[in-house]
Amino acid sequence: MQYRPPVSSPLQHTAHPDHVVVNIGPSHPATHGTIQIIAEIDGETVVHADVHCGYLHRGFEKEAEHHTYHNIIPYTDRLNYCSAMNNNFAYAAAVEQALGLEITPRCIWLRTLLSEYNRIADHCTCIAASAMEMGGMTAFLYLMTVRDYIFEHMNHLSGARLTYSYVRIGGLARDLPDGWLVRLEEILTFTERYLERIHGMLDRNRIFIGRTRDVAVMTPEHALNWGYTGPILRSTGLRMDLRKDNPYLAYRELDFEVPVGIKGDNYDRYYVRMREIDESISMVRQCMERLPGGPINVDDPRVVLPEKELVYNEIESLIHHFKLVTDGVQVPAGEVYSAHEAPNGELGFYLVSDGSGRPYKLHVRAPSFVHMGGMHTLLEGHQVSDIVPTFGSMNMVGGECDR
Amino acid sequence: MSTLYESITAGLHGLYQRAWDSHGMLVLDLLPGQLLDVVQKLKDDHGFALFLDVTAIDYPERTPRFEVVYHFLCPAQMQRVRLKLGVDEHAAELPTLTGSYGAARYMEREVHDMYGIRFAGNADLRPILLYEGFEGHPLRKDYAMEHEQPIVPYRK
Repeated sequence: MQYRPPVSSPLQHTAHPDHVVVNIGPSHPATHGTIQIIAEIDGETVVHADVHCGYLHRGFEKEAEHHTYHNIIPYTDRLNYCSAMNNNFAYAAAVEQALGLEITPRCIWLRTLLSEYNRIADHCTCIAASAMEMGGMTAFLYLMTVRDYIFEHMNHLSGARLTYSYVRIGGLARDLPDGWLVRLEEILTFTERYLERIHGMLDRNRIFIGRTRDVAVMTPEHALNWGYTGPILRSTGLRMDLRKDNPYLAYRELDFEVPVGIKGDNYDRYYVRMREIDESISMVRQCMERLPGGPINVDDPRVVLPEKELVYNEIESLIHHFKLVTDGVQVPAGEVYSAHEAPNGELGFYLVSDGSGRPYKLHVRAPSFVHMGGMHTLLEGHQVSDIVPTFGSMNMVGGECDR
Repeated sequence: MSTLYESITAGLHGLYQRAWDSHGMLVLDLLPGQLLDVVQKLKDDHGFALFLDVTAIDYPERTPRFEVVYHFLCPAQMQRVRLKLGVDEHAAELPTLTGSYGAARYMEREVHDMYGIRFAGNADLRPILLYEGFEGHPLRKDYAMEHEQPIVPYRK
């Protein structure tokens, strides 16, 4: 079978005759995800770059229109699969806003705790992968150790290492298992110890600085123009964080800082993420201290699935269970845009309901996808080898980018 | 409604059809011809520096069939605004916003992929999540969910 690229690049025809057009990806150790870069290079300098995504497209938005609100939750796990909790909660928040539902205090604090906990894992993954791509194998292994402790711990909570599906509309799947918070404190202490080592290995490392300092610099105006949000926008010095500026969940009551960079280069993006992990650890501890008791689910049989025991022994619960599983949660007609500060930036869910048990339309404002839109501006003018750390610092996640 | 919303509705007076509040967000209904003026004013006069999102909704039984939805964010005041425009199936075309926001480039490509709405002036409307040769627009309601067009044939 003859190979035909999914999307042809005009660079094949428009490139200067003295330049070479090279293809990198979609499956290449340097691409940090399933993405393809077609680059026109002059010697070692990238003159034009054409970034192609879509290799992991699986029709999330189309699927969502054919599933009940609860059945969509496992699909949201697979958006940014390094921080499934954040996706879960952002999605649930949109549906709950459309329903006009107020979740319980314990649920609010638990969701905040888990969002921050998962953010630590996501940032560790990002920094680990970037370090490995630059040859820093030890930093990679240390951070992966931390990440794996967190994943095993999440597994204890939800039964899955990555795809948690832990949220329910109006609450959570189950309460914390016994001893979970004790182990959490152990892991936080362990994480802090390992982060010190990462600082020691990377912060003043000649090779690391050489490959990240002053590479892919951007101004706040440039970042806003290309729609960047999250750590990438903050690395330029702009203090914009939805947790601070537009507080949702329990963030209004937490004490935390928003770390920013100085000039928006790869090094700043690394450092902002490292500092965000520190802040997240502190926030998780605050949540542990202030975690209130009480139920985790709202008391509303139109939304929350009844206890299994009641389903088998009580006719009302059986009816509620049957209606919720077959017809789904009935969301009043209307539209909602709800955004959370995911580890990568603003993760927004735009939900249009026609009053039935399935969304009429569910659109995801995926930060990774938007970030890829301006990617070429950061690659052009730099060397081919700079593609690797620049891509790493942007933390493109295929599942979220391509949906 | 906050003061920013009042200043927007006052500053854009006559440039929109209807202004309303949806879950605390200001929504402006526009005609396609009003889009560029409104966006320029939102950016220059009201500080909406961040182009968040563009997508469409398909209502096969309505005329115009599509509703294109834009979201913008004003970082200084952390306020969002939503613009909605009706677009007809037979003249599914809107002006591009790439002149004001670089981020529009990729997102308009996605809407073009998924709904077949063209953005006049966007120089690059190649497929982005789909591939060349893909027939139809998958997020239109008349595209059946079971319909598959694998680029590489399935193994027997």
